Amino acid sequence: MQQQLAPLCEADPGIVMIGIKTGGVLVGAALHEALGLATPLGELNISFYRDDFSTVGLHPVVGPSQLTTPIDGKHIVLVDDVLSTGRTVRAAMNEIFDYGRPSRITLAVLVQRDGHELPIRADVFGESMNLDESAHVQLTANPWFIEIGERA
Amino acid sequence: MSLPSPQFNQLGTLQHFLTLDGLDKATLTAIMDAAENFTSVGDRMIKNVPLLRGKTVANLFFENSTRTRTAFELAAKRLSADLLNVDLVTSSTNKGESLLDTLRVLESLQCDMFIVRHGESGAADFIARHVKPTINVVNGGDGQASHPTQGMLDMFTIRQHKGDFEKLCVVIIGDIRHSRVARSGIAALNTLGAGEIRVVGPRTLMPTDVESMGVSWYSDLEKALHGADVVMGLRLQTERMSGITIPSSREFFATYGLTKERLALAKPDAIVMHPGPTNRGVEISAEVADGPQSVILDQVTNGVAIRMAVMSIVMGNAEPLREAAANGVLEDTPSNKKTNSTPSEKAGSPHV
Repeated sequence: MQQQLAPLCEADPGIVMIGIKTGGVLVGAALHEALGLATPLGELNISFYRDDFSTVGLHPVVGPSQLTTPIDGKHIVLVDDVLSTGRTVRAAMNEIFDYGRPSRITLAVLVQRDGHELPIRADVFGESMNLDESAHVQLTANPWFIEIGERA
Repeated sequence: MSLPSPQFNQLGTLQHFLTLDGLDKATLTAIMDAAENFTSVGDRMIKNVPLLRGKTVANLFFENSTRTRTAFELAAKRLSADLLNVDLVTSSTNKGESLLDTLRVLESLQCDMFIVRHGESGAADFIARHVKPTINVVNGGDGQASHPTQGMLDMFTIRQHKGDFEKLCVVIIGDIRHSRVARSGIAALNTLGAGEIRVVGPRTLMPTDVESMGVSWYSDLEKALHGADVVMGLRLQTERMSGITIPSSREFFATYGLTKERLALAKPDAIVMHPGPTNRGVEISAEVADGPQSVILDQVTNGVAIRMAVMSIVMGNAEPLREAAANGVLEDTPSNKKTNSTPSEKAGSPHV
């Protein structure tokens, strides 16, 4: 992922990386450090933008969004741990557009798995997996570990 | 008041937000955590989130209020809900329409949530027992009983500035007897395990059951302020006082007014709070209200975030019930069935 993202970051020094809480922030922090980006890593809590409020209510809160860099006209690298349905990324993009109008968004995920429900695909990914529908992919850090288990 | 609390729905989740009594520490903490996330929304260029898009919230204010009403209004708007301000102080309730008839009208207008402010204690509770099971009721202050969102925003402000409640000495000064703010605050402080809660004021401004409230009563303000981390002033509620309870507001200030000199007796980093509106020169000096230790305006800002949190939590909890009702599988609650035949109670006399 670092190799794929490096040319983009070199081409545009104003590039802003944003991780989706909480897994995307872990991946984003590692990439942010490896790429030596000048702008701080943004953190996005998409709880208030989810499309499943009518079924599950307010999601457990994971700390506020922190986007200190103005994003108008900026190239954004949006980072998450796992891309499956695409609904999280849609929510994240809706939230980003409430902060400003970026010139471009590149989606980078550690794991792209099947189960897409929206026309959203990662531009950059670490792994691609085809899994049983009931499988649940979760990331743990320190040490980095991708867990594949049964969905609760 | 022997009826079970109507705050929880048939799913066991918080359907209404009526009082802080009976809510556990985890619930209060979850509300503050949610509010913390909502505070960042107010700092953005675009200050709303789409969480309650398509929901209708009705502000039912049977009693005058500016601060609470606007905070609820702003909270609803920042959550993208549609808001209806129903001015009931000058409406058909004055033409003799009963409270229940007013509720039926608003239900027919397909409102999802009622924010209720009423001069009578127990009004929000009464309304919660009589609305359709899909509707949420949030208490915006009822009589002398409860003002739970104010209590929560006060706790949230204390947590923001002071952190752990267990180590804190909180002093509440003035008209405890008529203050729903004090009642809700004391309830929350006890639940959150505050180290010490002191109430200060003349006996005439103390509730008769003050000793059973988990507080210690001081008649001497200077004694009470020693070692305080949080100093909370209250407005003298002259409109709720019957008979002579204090000699005069000037004398009250001389004995119980929070001045710079008196505040110096508290810890140097103590914070000063007041729910507003402040009567400068009665409960608090201008110097203290505008001073560096005052967090009064933080309370106002936090009031919006707390109300966003409360509204989205209870609204979310009722979503499964709304879906069930839409599919025709939700049964009316017994209390709701019962009320359809007796819509006789008048607004202003909720008889709970």
